[in-house]
Amino acid sequence: MTAPMTVPRLGFKKFTGRRRRLSAPAKVAGGFLLLMVLVALVAPVLSPYDPIVGDATQRLLPLLSDGHILGTDGQGRDVLSRLIWGARPSLLAGIIPVIIGGGVGTVLGLVAGLGSARVNSIVMRILDVFYAFPAVMLAIAISAALGPGISNAILALSLVNIPPVARVAETEVLRIKDAAFMETARLSGASWFSIAFRQALPAAGPGILVFCTGLIGLSIVYAAGLGFLGLGLTPPTAEWGLMVNELRQYTFSAPIVALVPAVLILIVSIACNALGDGLRDRMDVRMEARA
Amino acid sequence: MSATPVLAGYDLVKKFGNGHTAVDGVTLEVFSGETVGVVGESGCGKSTTARLMLRLIEPTDGRVTLTGTDITKLPARALRKVRTRAQLVPQNPQTSFNSRLTMRTSLEFHLRANGTARNEWGDRISTVMKQVGLSGAHENSYPHEMSGGQLQRAAIARALVTDPEVIVCDEAVSALDKSVQAQVLNVLHEIQQQTGVAYLFISHDLTVVEHMSDRIAVMRAGKVVEQTTPYDLWNNPQHPYTQTLLASVPGLHRAGG
Amino acid sequence: MTRTALSVKNLRVAFGKRKTQIVRGVSFDIATGSTMVLLGESGSGKSVTAKAIMRLHDSTTSVSGDIHLGALDLLAQKPADLGRIRGSKLAMIPQDPAASLDPLSRIGSQLAETIRRHGLAKKRADVTAISVAQLEAVGITDPTRVLRAFPHQLSGGMQQRILIALAVMSKPGLLIADEPTTALDVTVQAQVLALFKELVSTLDAGLLLVTHDVGVAREIADTVGVMYAGRMVEYGPADQVLNNPSHPYTKALLNSLPEVGMPRGSLVPIAGQPPAAASIPSGCAFAPRCAFATEVCTTEVPPTVTVGPNHTSACVLALENIEVAA
Repeated sequence: MTAPMTVPRLGFKKFTGRRRRLSAPAKVAGGFLLLMVLVALVAPVLSPYDPIVGDATQRLLPLLSDGHILGTDGQGRDVLSRLIWGARPSLLAGIIPVIIGGGVGTVLGLVAGLGSARVNSIVMRILDVFYAFPAVMLAIAISAALGPGISNAILALSLVNIPPVARVAETEVLRIKDAAFMETARLSGASWFSIAFRQALPAAGPGILVFCTGLIGLSIVYAAGLGFLGLGLTPPTAEWGLMVNELRQYTFSAPIVALVPAVLILIVSIACNALGDGLRDRMDVRMEARA
Repeated sequence: MSATPVLAGYDLVKKFGNGHTAVDGVTLEVFSGETVGVVGESGCGKSTTARLMLRLIEPTDGRVTLTGTDITKLPARALRKVRTRAQLVPQNPQTSFNSRLTMRTSLEFHLRANGTARNEWGDRISTVMKQVGLSGAHENSYPHEMSGGQLQRAAIARALVTDPEVIVCDEAVSALDKSVQAQVLNVLHEIQQQTGVAYLFISHDLTVVEHMSDRIAVMRAGKVVEQTTPYDLWNNPQHPYTQTLLASVPGLHRAGG
Repeated sequence: MTRTALSVKNLRVAFGKRKTQIVRGVSFDIATGSTMVLLGESGSGKSVTAKAIMRLHDSTTSVSGDIHLGALDLLAQKPADLGRIRGSKLAMIPQDPAASLDPLSRIGSQLAETIRRHGLAKKRADVTAISVAQLEAVGITDPTRVLRAFPHQLSGGMQQRILIALAVMSKPGLLIADEPTTALDVTVQAQVLALFKELVSTLDAGLLLVTHDVGVAREIADTVGVMYAGRMVEYGPADQVLNNPSHPYTKALLNSLPEVGMPRGSLVPIAGQPPAAASIPSGCAFAPRCAFATEVCTTEVPPTVTVGPNHTSACVLALENIEVAA
């Protein structure tokens, strides 16, 4: 317990002389995700085989086969190539809905958090209606209504992301709403927009950002789920969720090959969460109370 | 002393939702260039009064004027235009700045809201930072990189940046070490000498209030029980509560040096 | 006859794996029936000193030196024994009363628990009688109402009195109070300080009071130890240290306080800030901020010099008997 006096602000750096680093697991996760993005970008160059056209004589080759490290699928297409090409739609379907949903959700959170009790009630109760549905169900319903195709899948997932982000944003904004710096900000005569986007948003931002990185992993899984159900992308497009669907029928005849795309989805999802955790820990230092 | 106060509250009343009356008919005037001290213990309503006078919270009853204009019922838009005439230095140095913004960004926020021309920002910021004794390097610092005393001086710089007529210091030195307190009090005094700004100085510390003020209001349970000068407060306290306060200051009757 | 309630010699406290020294060799004595004030600003190590004496620290903190409570060697005690000693021979009154009382129990039960634990009474009626007596002893005029109340229903001053009542219940030989009145209003503070003075005298106990408030030290101290960066830079009778300080830090500290009638702008602050524990400069820790520092101050640790009866100052200038201008 210390007296209510000012300890010279002992940020981590000042106290130990070392700069706070991202934890090792988070760095590994971040590196892995970066690798995935690069893979997606250079897919045409990287992929050893054509992802769409297969060789029927080479069906269901197991792992570590000659020329096909991850085997081939039911139509003789190289699994590794399909995974590489599949990175693009899968990652897009994971990242873009979080950007869109996160953006809209953050704005709603700002409005609800900074607004009067009445405004807060209205916004949050409307969001609660959507929040009441399980996200997967909502995604399926919207996607089915909109029809197939990747842009509809992305739209559906964006909408599904809005309520959770808005909720987190509202909580974060409420946390800083009555802080002393907000009082002085109000005294400056700044407009609502100025206060919301130049003061509240930077303060609440890190918490929201961390939550959103967690959503990326989830979105990839949902997109894969939509693909699995035949919504969103359609065969013969290479997409991880679609691959899980197609290989499902071979679960007993070629179990390992069937699992490969599912495992990749799992790993990417875990990596996103690990990165989010690491970001949160790193940012917490700044927001630490007195030493 | 000009006849019109730069900041004034008349018969201010504030009742909160739970029925508690925090301020019960307070009249305070601050004239140009002077320091009015408000002293009292916790719950006496001094901070609430300051916030009423700044219209950070709405009065249940009473009037507030700022540089002569009645701002009690001023609509939001018009209020925003005149607000920068009165600024605030809050108590807690750690939370009075947005932890994610540099000092410069925080000060620019005020300049932008005030409508100051962008090409004047740089000069204005370095001027006020110098006035409070902070180096230019601090413009790029984040709050967690600065000590409590530096942060309070930065808070004064932020309050000054729009050249206000009056600054409300709400327990501005209470959270600081005593030796750092001296620094900040000196800075406040110097700035008043240089710019003629008025202060509404709120504190629970009688010695500090006596030191800084031209006139002192003693508050208790939402009312001003005595308005007096530092000399009279010390030598001629009228109200029994004032006398109790005085008697409670630790070490006074034992003071030898 | 006064005895020594507490004797501390060369106390050193270090934190963590890197063994960052927070308290760097502190020595003092407290006689029974007297009050010693550890005076210092934040980061001076005063609170850590108090906690170390109470042995209230975790296993990553290393404490060395000599702490004797009467004849009892506190550093040699096993944790199980310490628990018994704390609260019976040695009691602490913390800074934040609200945080130290169980918010979910009535005051009566909390007092009863302590009474039973110390074996002072068993039957309900006896426990209540003792509780009432204890509360009255600390100046609470309506003890029956207070016994039925929950902590949050009582004011800060009342809560602090209850904590004091709990602390003195077993008639300890030493009381340690860490910023006990900092969170209280000044009128309440005056009452609590008066209570301390009374208790020290009736219990013939020693009181170690940690504070940053020089006024509190003036009000209550018999001896004062001024701490800076983990060392005791000046130590002696309150009257001497506070009115005739020897060490430059003490002088600077006293000079920076507003006194009645001082003209504005004339306060003399101490430039700079206290060093962080991990980066204390070699030699005298105060040298970078000292108006009288010489070259030897930055290289050699200052010796503890006797400058008066029972009055020491850790300054090389005292050694050379140079009269340091106020």
